[in-house]
Amino acid sequence: MKQITILSGKGGTGKTTITACFAALSENALFADCDVDASNLHLLLNPIVKETIEFKGLNLAKIDPTKCIECGKCMELCRFNAIEDFKVDPIHCEGCKVCVVNCPVEAIEFNERVCGHAYISETKYGPMSHARLTPGMENSGKLVTLVRQNASKLAEKMAKVLVLVDGSPGIGCPVIASIANIDAAVVVVEPTLSGIHDLKRAVELLDHFEVTPFVIINKYDINEENTIDLEKYCTENSIVLLGNVPFDSTVTKAMVQGVPVVEFDSKAASSKAITKIWESFKEHLLTD
Amino acid sequence: MTTTNNPLKIVVASGKGGTGKTLVAVNLALSVNANQIIDCDVEEPNDHIFLNPVETKNEKVQILVPEINEDKCTYCRKCAEFCQFNALFIAGETAMVFKELCHSCGGCKLICPEDAITEKPRAIGEITVGKSEEIELVYGKLNIGEALAVPIISAVKEHINKEGLVVLDSPPGTACPVVESVDGSDYCIMVTEPTPFGLHDLEVAAEVVMQLGIPLGVVVNFAGIGDRGVYDFCEKKNIPVIMEIPYDRRIAELYSNGISFTAEMPEWKPRFQELLKTIREQIK
Repeated sequence: MKQITILSGKGGTGKTTITACFAALSENALFADCDVDASNLHLLLNPIVKETIEFKGLNLAKIDPTKCIECGKCMELCRFNAIEDFKVDPIHCEGCKVCVVNCPVEAIEFNERVCGHAYISETKYGPMSHARLTPGMENSGKLVTLVRQNASKLAEKMAKVLVLVDGSPGIGCPVIASIANIDAAVVVVEPTLSGIHDLKRAVELLDHFEVTPFVIINKYDINEENTIDLEKYCTENSIVLLGNVPFDSTVTKAMVQGVPVVEFDSKAASSKAITKIWESFKEHLLTD
Repeated sequence: MTTTNNPLKIVVASGKGGTGKTLVAVNLALSVNANQIIDCDVEEPNDHIFLNPVETKNEKVQILVPEINEDKCTYCRKCAEFCQFNALFIAGETAMVFKELCHSCGGCKLICPEDAITEKPRAIGEITVGKSEEIELVYGKLNIGEALAVPIISAVKEHINKEGLVVLDSPPGTACPVVESVDGSDYCIMVTEPTPFGLHDLEVAAEVVMQLGIPLGVVVNFAGIGDRGVYDFCEKKNIPVIMEIPYDRRIAELYSNGISFTAEMPEWKPRFQELLKTIREQIK
């Protein structure tokens, strides 16, 4: 079984569009949406939820006002500025427990908190593991790890040959969790200076964790000069460029209909390019 | 620093990535002569690409992580049992610190009965202050391989000019880095695209901003593509749509070359000035 993560660095470059198309084109694969705080893959794969798992993040401190003597020790020790007027602000509390163990009168409770839900679902293309983080919560990295674990377990049980992971933008904790122990990553980039800047940071991150990057240039025709620079960058760094996808308004039309563009209109310019890229990527996966 | 404007902190957020946060933040700031831009996207900062600032200051961001003095450590495991982030590991007569997992709460040092733990600073990123004509830009960069963006975001925000007109550019998403970026602002502009993806993430992000009690308005970017879902949502939730930027190939091309489009399309400047007026009125 191979695990592949679709990444971008910069947001909105087309990760989910590409992942959904790969899902529609794949055989015997399982899909995992690891963008747990702004997830979109379900809008194209339309999963039917079979199982819901509560996700508990770190505990939350809560001051019992009947026991609190207002000594202020908790406020002095909290490094997250989460305590004000002898009340814990749940948005800023990181669940470190420092206030709980240092309260002289044991007035601080430390309760479990549900920070989101993980789901195991079925789509017309295969099973899907996904999640939703409660808005504003910490621990998105941990929830990503849970989505990945659910995906691996299920893929093994069902003898799937491929796990396709839709990642999140950035390079921080959820992204690191979404590339742990994968076989390769596909970085989707747009030919904008911002996109190129962010691609380079994403590639550095993949190097740091010794993951092989592949690149897809999306909307390559919005700036062909930048596309040439990107192609050069890939050659110079021995990165396989899987292909270029043209700007195509069919992509948005397909999104409005809630279908991967390759299925919405297989003749569309974007669909043809993505299908070709998928075929070439499959070859790479088989030969590795 | 000049403080010709009434102090105001406007944060530009989005939920979904790539909807045009940076586009709106930079062009708004340039059009209204803001004093400062604070780029809170420390994982993938982009504002400096458009502003080409002259660097005036660069500093490391450090967090305190524990160091265990094994001459004093009795391997009692109290620190490892306490640590909620699994950053400490004691097995037999070995004590290990997984620095990347440490959230720097300081709890292990307090709990150690042998006084064997000291805290040492560790760099996880850097912040840069620069000047682009009259505007000051502050941005941060999380080091590659580091997980914690929040300490860098708070370090960047420490540079906020409290007397000035400040535009903050938030990272995408709806998790803790967004809360850290948006918190404390007077107003939040949510930039979205009129598509099902844009709508889905707007719904979640708007919930976070409303929980924080910050007034908000929506800027629809790439107006004309997609569907009416975003507009219906805003109407239902009473969130004003304060600006529409059409899908325009010229804007996209200028953006792709790192050029703020109001510089080449000055007819847009009054529209951003009008946007600031709308925001000030809404806050009143």
